[in-house]
Amino acid sequence: MAIIVVEVMLKAEILDPQGQAVAAALPRLGFTFAKAVRQGKRFEIEVVGTPTAEMLAEIEKAAETLLSNPVIETYVVKVEA
Amino acid sequence: MRIGVVTFPGSLDDSSALRAIRLAGGQPVPLFHASDDLKEVEAVVLPGGFSYGDYLRCGAISRFAPIMSSIIVAAEHGFPVLGICNGFQILCESHLLPGALTRNQGLHFVCTDQPLIIENTSTPWTSGYTKGDRLVIPIKNGEGSFQASAETLNQLESEGRVVLRYADSNPNGSKNDIAGISNARGNVVGVMPHPEQAIEFLTGPSVDGLAFFTSILHSLVGR
Repeated sequence: MAIIVVEVMLKAEILDPQGQAVAAALPRLGFTFAKAVRQGKRFEIEVVGTPTAEMLAEIEKAAETLLSNPVIETYVVKVEA
Repeated sequence: MRIGVVTFPGSLDDSSALRAIRLAGGQPVPLFHASDDLKEVEAVVLPGGFSYGDYLRCGAISRFAPIMSSIIVAAEHGFPVLGICNGFQILCESHLLPGALTRNQGLHFVCTDQPLIIENTSTPWTSGYTKGDRLVIPIKNGEGSFQASAETLNQLESEGRVVLRYADSNPNGSKNDIAGISNARGNVVGVMPHPEQAIEFLTGPSVDGLAFFTSILHSLVGR
């Protein structure tokens, strides 16, 4: 059994008000390290058996059509043991 | 004149849209997301609300509803479709309209009577207006910030496909103050404001929204 992780982030040029709100809250708690924050989504997909090249290609397709909106977002697919 | 309104799980303004069609003089026809039957309607409205709880992204799951496969095919052949608020988000996710609606700048859910300017009166949904008309129509959304690439924005502007623009102040950070757009052919229109909530003084701030529904009836008669 393996976990495939798909991470989805807003493109750099798309305004991220949620990330900005987090960045503004950090210094209020005394955390002064953050220059900027971007917030994204992480999908953990439990798959049957060992991931094959075909399965990863299918997941890429799902990431592009459903899990992300390519107009505003980018994604990366990773295999986790 | 049969005009359909789709109910998705989580739609809110479907009954208001049906009522607006009736008050405009049309025959409202309820359509259901789980069926691909358009019931011989001549145009369709995708209403506002929170279909599928806005899970994943607003409109992202509704796009794959059986009724949408019929609407997408019909729209590509010139069938008139109006998406209001969540309906606009569904049209963008369906790639019937370019761009995307994202979280409002400032993170607030904005609910207000919004001044707007009509920019394009060549669509079947806005033909009853005059270019430059100033309207006041309610907006109520958390993810109404219209975003698109610079190239897409240039194309929308140069082709006159911005249908509706925010006047006075931009409530959500939308690019170019865009409140509504159309596809290249003009039959598919998406707007964030709610014209179906501005059709009579008893329930709305104005009657400025009614012409969306009388426009489509006139357009269908004149076809």
